Amino acid sequence: MARLLVQRVGAFFASLALTFVGLTAITFLISRLTKIDPVLAIVGDKASKAIYDKTYIALGLDKPLIVQYAAYLRKLISGDFGTSVLTSRPVLSDLLHVFPATFELATIATIVGVLIGVPAGVLAAARKDQWPDHVVRVLCLFGYSIPVFWLGLVGLFFFYGKLGWVSGTGRLDIAFDDIVTARTGILLIDSAISGEWEIFRNAFSHLILPAGILAYFSLAYIARMTRSFMIDQLGQEYIIAARIKGRTYWGAVWKHAFPNIMVPLITVIGLSYASLLEGAVLTETVFAWPGLGQYITRALFNSDMNAVLGGTVLVGAVFIGVNLFCDFLYKIFDPRLRST
Amino acid sequence: MSETLLDVQDLNVAFPSRAGITQAVRHVSFTLGRERLGVVGESGSGKSTMGRALLGLTPKPGIVTARKMSFDGQDLLACSEADWQRLRGRRMSMVMQDPKYSLNPVVRIGHQIDETSRLHLGANAAEAQRRTLAMLEAVQIRDPDRVYNLYPHELSGGMGQRAMIAMMLVAEPDILIADEPTSALDVTVQNDVLRILDDLVRERGMGLIFISHNLTIVSSFCDRILVMYGGKIVEECKATELHHAKHPYTRALIAAAPSLAEAREELATVMRDPAWLT
Amino acid sequence: MTTTSEQKLSQWLQDDAPTSSRQAVAGNIYRGVRAIVSNPAALAGLIIVAMLILLAILAPQLARGISPIEQNLSNRLHVPDAAHWFGTDELGRDIYARTLYGARVTIAMVVLVSVIVGPIGLAVGTLAGFLGGWIDALLMRITDIFLAFPGLVLALAFAAALGPGIENAVIAISLTAWPPYARIARAETVTIAKSDYIAAAKMLGASTWRILFKHIVPLCLSSVIVRLTLDMAGIILTAAGLGFLGLGAQPPTAEWGAMVSAGREVILDQWWVATIPGIAIFVVSLGFNLLGDGLRDVFDPKSS
Repeated sequence: MARLLVQRVGAFFASLALTFVGLTAITFLISRLTKIDPVLAIVGDKASKAIYDKTYIALGLDKPLIVQYAAYLRKLISGDFGTSVLTSRPVLSDLLHVFPATFELATIATIVGVLIGVPAGVLAAARKDQWPDHVVRVLCLFGYSIPVFWLGLVGLFFFYGKLGWVSGTGRLDIAFDDIVTARTGILLIDSAISGEWEIFRNAFSHLILPAGILAYFSLAYIARMTRSFMIDQLGQEYIIAARIKGRTYWGAVWKHAFPNIMVPLITVIGLSYASLLEGAVLTETVFAWPGLGQYITRALFNSDMNAVLGGTVLVGAVFIGVNLFCDFLYKIFDPRLRST
Repeated sequence: MSETLLDVQDLNVAFPSRAGITQAVRHVSFTLGRERLGVVGESGSGKSTMGRALLGLTPKPGIVTARKMSFDGQDLLACSEADWQRLRGRRMSMVMQDPKYSLNPVVRIGHQIDETSRLHLGANAAEAQRRTLAMLEAVQIRDPDRVYNLYPHELSGGMGQRAMIAMMLVAEPDILIADEPTSALDVTVQNDVLRILDDLVRERGMGLIFISHNLTIVSSFCDRILVMYGGKIVEECKATELHHAKHPYTRALIAAAPSLAEAREELATVMRDPAWLT
Repeated sequence: MTTTSEQKLSQWLQDDAPTSSRQAVAGNIYRGVRAIVSNPAALAGLIIVAMLILLAILAPQLARGISPIEQNLSNRLHVPDAAHWFGTDELGRDIYARTLYGARVTIAMVVLVSVIVGPIGLAVGTLAGFLGGWIDALLMRITDIFLAFPGLVLALAFAAALGPGIENAVIAISLTAWPPYARIARAETVTIAKSDYIAAAKMLGASTWRILFKHIVPLCLSSVIVRLTLDMAGIILTAAGLGFLGLGAQPPTAEWGAMVSAGREVILDQWWVATIPGIAIFVVSLGFNLLGDGLRDVFDPKSS
């Protein structure tokens, strides 16, 4: 059994490495495809041919593509993502600076998504084709059809513009900027630790709309998958056996069917989290939320290729990591696959 | 003369669908005492549907109607869900075909059997475990303590089915409906399981409805036999008097059963007469 | 008499033992269409998609002759009224006309992406499933790698490098959209390849290409089409997202995502500029989702 575990862990890391290589190969190719000449970006338009050639060789651009890629990969692994044209700082340090804001959004959204989505999915499956099912299915359907950036704008218009229930864009009112010391980078935690309750409330009222919107998409996906899994389980014979043993219908639903979906559900939750990192790109743009997504789009508008690609590699790595890890967890925890 | 435990008169089960209404069970009537009743039929004959209907487990959108359906004097047609819960497992139980599917894959065997005691007999954990281990011994599982902690996929087919029997008999019901209990098992294991079922039913003086497609097993195991075809009962006789069977379908089934005793050139097949469906 | 010829046609279509492959295919299509029409949600989806196509084709006529790119700066951000049903945007252009013409861009992107990912997915999947061995392992590895990539972010990076525009957006989206089809095609191929009639075809000397094209690909088609329809909404949303970021169709072409972005500045006061194109994106995605669900129920009720 332990040998199987070691095998699986090994396979996981191998997949991770291989996929990371694939991702970086693509970002590398993209960086070579760009219309911006990296040499000109350094020496300027007016440089002589000699200087151009020297810089060309210094940048290693005369070497075969594979060698260049290897150099690129080595730099990435050592943490050198290049320098941002916009901020003049190393891209990696920029990324680490902005990541907590996105992490905050994605984590809160996923937690809400799970707390609402899972019971909703179970309810819909247990009351299949009755009105709770229809309500949940419609909500999920909308969640698959609404553009996230549009919902953000409409939400701002309605809840901020018309009702004034939440704050506008950004993470904090400008007046509160830079007051709280950034320990974790997560404003809610940092302000609570410092006892700055006014800032906490302000941060919360800025957070609630973007997190709520992302939570909706998370919940739509989770509820739909939960419903699907539960319907499969509720059609199984062991549910009938449970009813014969004396379980009520809901007893069979929660104590028999639900434990059987927990493992695939964890995978689903992980995937939802990963996809929220992507959804955050557009949401942060709408809400001027200073996270990873906004960093990438701002870099995009300023043709800061290092920053765009660096951000892509980071998001990609986390995305891939979460995906593969969930696959791995699934294989580990399914009791049917546990023994050799 | 055993008392009548189950009295069924004119039972019908219909499944409405977009293509019309399918009558899965038609005008079925029989009684069951503390005896073994075999129900033989091919797939689609309605035998399993009838079994489920007797426990109120007909899946939606099925509709169950009958002139009378009562167990030990209690009218089953008037049962609420709460009434059914009290009956199922405690007084009327069912063993299903394939333990791969009828046991919960993520719960240990012992806990699954405990559950019956805890729900029906109000036993606490220790008491339930005691009963479970005793029951596992009764179904001749040799190492009950080890098996108690196993998961269903770690059991062989025969053991799984024995665990299923333990699970359904631990609350000591009066009637057991066995729906194809040996059909998913290897032939060598079938006899073991049948023997265990035989002992338990006899010891506890239970009524048994044994549903199967295999006439040979049913005729050797049961006291009386019902033959079903197209949702109806086409023959009812004692097992010992099977060779006197009148309906052509039954005679065809008997003829089709291979026998080591006589030499035959070909195996007989059943020629169906559409008239049997009316 | 029309009734008897109708009856004969309907019987021919529903024949359980078709005598030609044409009859079999026609029968399948007929049954599929009937199933969809009898399912109200799927029917709604079909109607929406049909309307999308119609609106795109008939945009010039339906726009009452108004040009989608004609600016009128004295009439900027005008409230919806009889002259401008959906109001005007920040450059005085008629939003109703722009929404109609935007349907063309949406259809174009949907068609282009489908035409790229469908064949690529089919090719990779059927080759992997049929040839097996190391080719299968290699192709599936590559598929798995691409499957694990974040679609939107990669599309962003790609469009950032190559510049904005529909073509680049289409390629960018296709880059990460094709893997599921390869997987589906491979799964189907593996099942089909074991069947007797493929063995018979091989014995008759059919070449690998012939077997793949004539026998295997047609059988994978229905699954791929169902999946495509289901994915369509996601593709439209991604394309709109790229448009929102300015990476799709470039101005002055009307594209719904870009229109939402343009309305962003004035969302608080002139809400219609951003809201209406967004509703269009929503309705179209909804339509494809409903249609896709309906198709899946018809062709593959077991899959989740």
